Amino acid sequence: MPIELPVEKWAGKVREVTIGATSDQGGTRARTLTIGGEAALPYLLREGALPHRTALAIEVRERKPEDWSPLLYKAWGAAMADPAEWAKAAEAAGAELIFLVLAAVGPDGGKNTAQNARQTVRKVLGATGLPLAVIGPGQADLDNELIVAVAEEAKGERLLIGTCEDKNYRTIVAAAMANDHLVQSKTPMDVNLSKQLVILIHDMGMPLERIMMDPTTGALGYGIEYGYSVMERLRLAALQGDSMTQQPLLVTPGEEAWKVKESKVGEGVPAAWGDWERRALEWEAVTASTLIHAGADLVVLRHPDTLRRLRAMLDDLTQPAKAA
Amino acid sequence: MPLTGLEIYKLLPQTNCKECGFPTCLAFAMKLAAKQIELKACPYVSEESKVKLEAASAPPIRLVELSGSDGVLKVGNETVLFRHEKTFYNKPGLFLRVRDNDGAEQVKRKAAEAAEFKVDYVGINLALDGFAIEASSGDPATFAATVSAVRAVSQKPLILIAPSADLAKAGLQAAAGTRPLIYAADASNWQAMSVVAKEHKAPLAVRGESLDQLAELTQSLTQTGLEELVIDPAVSGHLDSLDRLTAIRRLALKKAFRPLGFPIITFPGADPKADQTLLAAEQIAKYAGLVILESFEPASLYPLLVLRQNIYTDPQKPIQVQPGLYEINSPDAQAPLMVTTNFSITYFAVANEVEGSGWPAWLVVTDAEGMSVLTAWAAGKFDAARIGKAVKGCSVESKLEHRKLIIPGQVAVLSGELEEELPGWQIMVGPREAVDIGAFLKAMWVK
Repeated sequence: MPIELPVEKWAGKVREVTIGATSDQGGTRARTLTIGGEAALPYLLREGALPHRTALAIEVRERKPEDWSPLLYKAWGAAMADPAEWAKAAEAAGAELIFLVLAAVGPDGGKNTAQNARQTVRKVLGATGLPLAVIGPGQADLDNELIVAVAEEAKGERLLIGTCEDKNYRTIVAAAMANDHLVQSKTPMDVNLSKQLVILIHDMGMPLERIMMDPTTGALGYGIEYGYSVMERLRLAALQGDSMTQQPLLVTPGEEAWKVKESKVGEGVPAAWGDWERRALEWEAVTASTLIHAGADLVVLRHPDTLRRLRAMLDDLTQPAKAA
Repeated sequence: MPLTGLEIYKLLPQTNCKECGFPTCLAFAMKLAAKQIELKACPYVSEESKVKLEAASAPPIRLVELSGSDGVLKVGNETVLFRHEKTFYNKPGLFLRVRDNDGAEQVKRKAAEAAEFKVDYVGINLALDGFAIEASSGDPATFAATVSAVRAVSQKPLILIAPSADLAKAGLQAAAGTRPLIYAADASNWQAMSVVAKEHKAPLAVRGESLDQLAELTQSLTQTGLEELVIDPAVSGHLDSLDRLTAIRRLALKKAFRPLGFPIITFPGADPKADQTLLAAEQIAKYAGLVILESFEPASLYPLLVLRQNIYTDPQKPIQVQPGLYEINSPDAQAPLMVTTNFSITYFAVANEVEGSGWPAWLVVTDAEGMSVLTAWAAGKFDAARIGKAVKGCSVESKLEHRKLIIPGQVAVLSGELEEELPGWQIMVGPREAVDIGAFLKAMWVK
């Protein structure tokens, strides 16, 4: 007697979100990126529709960072000196979105300015046809100043802009609403906080189809289990029909994995840690792949090799299921 | 399926004799349902009821035990699909496959190297769990010699990959004194394998190409009296593994489907085209009980062992260290003073970094209920009042000539409030990440 496979029936599904606008849609992007829309747990294809697989983004910095792992300088080389070149290299490596992080400091060593940020974004938009996320340097006042300017400069491009946090979201949300962009709603590893910020942003009048949730994650070995379980709980809540948890999930495993000692440094670590480069790449790939299984819709990476490996994994995960 | 208190009550004598220590049979039934007492406390329960109750209380996924000449590995006995629902209990065993036709000497060298591998992660020792020795030569004597060669360098549990009963027997004889897993019974050899497993009281793996076939085989084997089985659904690739391992877990937990209620064994690197690390990582999170690796590579094994540790951490009990004052590298009265939270990953990241930098330092660990710096701060468990109290409470003042406190860069915003909490102290904002502590001290700390 054949076994009847248990299939969960879900009442809800994740919202679809589209980043980027082509010329027909009022932007200049060669293509757009749509994510979300899942009506099932990650990659359980027999259970419900999974219209879009996890998208892979590469983080590009406005200014070449000074404190990244030497392995990342090796991977991107001279392109890192110019965000437009870096974005081109990321597109060539297979990125589906450029995740541009603005600098706190300008080229003259002083505070970064709205004028610089506008120029940078203009340049990157010119260098790549990919959709773009533009994220502030992480200081509330400066974030607002730079991101508002960027939002105006790229009006109609449907950028993903951020970071919106519970203490600082109004200005960026208003700029996104006025200029037809999307926002990243970021909260520190907590299901209720994730939900609450989405409600606050939506209450300002932002359509839910233009909000991505970033529940924050930790790197492998540095708290990944918290982010993992928060994501699993958010996704289960979304499928059970809790409307304010139905935003697609964005996570930044690249940033998390590359700041830990295991990836960052090759010397002065235990011999049992093994070959540095291999370990560092495994660290980013295992962090990211584990979060994909927890429901990530968009993962932001730093190394091109990780992107290649995850793409192969996603190719495998989205093949038609073999009969059980 | 676990029975409710009322269902259990119906199977009890219902005499309220009180000999179990409870006033009524119903009260005893409730305790049984909550697994707070054992059935044997009731002297009058009928044999028939006993059988029913024991069957109902059997775990939905069988616990299987392997043992080497030193050390036991338990797998199975899982009760949830998602770790946040309760916890995952028995970490999947990670084994290295070796093949007997590589020659006993080469296998011995490889096993010795892998057996010695250990790495410290937040005070926990991580290591490989054992070796899966394959009788690829097809020759019983070669296989037995290889098993002995591995045992000469490792006392860890073994898996004997033997396609026939004769080979399994040769391996088991060489493994005498241990409890290896025999791999595997299939549609063609299960009768003979079952005899060998019973004779040696060893757990047996079962391989089936489809779940239907697998369930049929485990039913045939349990009818011969075998209980400790491990199942191999012969998955290939990420999707197939996720699909079928999830189906098996759900059948066992939600449908109480006994024929597939066993730990699962996987071979993530068996297909040379597979990304072994990423497939093994998937299987650690999604429902494998034993994961057999094809190659020993510390740089890949270390992240997999850490992932396993993270996924199997009890979410109800974050791993914590004792709050208080810690001394690193024998600090004196001029040594820097730092503060962090008692989440053990945070504590070890900071303490290891300071220790590695060579700086003598004092570290105040606050009681942040086991949360990391940013999470604790967001939850109000790592604020100026708590930090101030911890610094005052650990009487570090009397040990110092200076009054400077370094706080994590993530909570730079607390500086002002802390200066109010700790009058006379200078608050220094440290780096956001532990890895930058050495560089920070070098640049910023003036004696």
